Amino acid sequence: MSDSAPTTADTRRLARDARDRVRFEEEALELSDQVYRVARRFVGSREEAEDLVQQTYERAFRSWRQFTPGTNLRAWLLRILTNLNIDRGRRQQRAPQTTSIDSEAGDYFLYDKLASQMPDENPDEERVLERLSQDSIVDALADVPHDFRDVIVLVDIGEFSYADAAQILDIPMGTVMSRLHRGRRILKKNLADTAVA
Amino acid sequence: MTPIDDPCEECEEMMQPFLDGSLSEAEVARAQKHLETCSWCAKRYRFEEQLRHYVRVAVSEPMSPELKAKLAALRTPL
Repeated sequence: MSDSAPTTADTRRLARDARDRVRFEEEALELSDQVYRVARRFVGSREEAEDLVQQTYERAFRSWRQFTPGTNLRAWLLRILTNLNIDRGRRQQRAPQTTSIDSEAGDYFLYDKLASQMPDENPDEERVLERLSQDSIVDALADVPHDFRDVIVLVDIGEFSYADAAQILDIPMGTVMSRLHRGRRILKKNLADTAVA
Repeated sequence: MTPIDDPCEECEEMMQPFLDGSLSEAEVARAQKHLETCSWCAKRYRFEEQLRHYVRVAVSEPMSPELKAKLAALRTPL
């Protein structure tokens, strides 16, 4: 059959294939803002994030047949992005000495620290929050060691489920939960430090 | 979760899983019961909830139109 003229069935298959591909590309592009938002906090600079997103889409469009329709395309794209990020070796080194965070501070720590610098007793949450600038939040997140930050970025910024985050980072779901829990505490500790400085 | 003697300490321990929606029904009920009577903890819960929202907004940087155009150009030509 291979050297004969294409049959009607072949033509139909090709047309369907082209249509599936166009649909895949459209759907992937619709998610690009969300993919970029996560990428931007995975890496240190806008340029790196843009490179990473571009490479992700190049690879995704090349290997689109490997995507199973009906599954989570956003998670699939992020999995590619995470692998590329690891391949590029651009991940920050793990910062040492983060093991004592849990015992040092509980989850009320940041509120208590910020409130202690205000004149009123037990001030309202909105006023306490005003003490944190946007820049201080960006810096505090960037200073969280990447193992913890990646999970925060996926779950709290990208709004992925624990299961999706586990799949994207190729770690067990229990690890996602424990890193998220500790990562948020590290983030709050960093925020308390910047606010005091 | 194992109950802790100090109700505020227990409430603090439950805050993250409470806001994540990953507590059991019984644990949620226990936290809610405490929050109804303890404005000290309730304020800290509201702070955490708003903080999460604020962090998400603060670190969200829009993609540049240039990158958007580059990605669109990667599509297979029709």
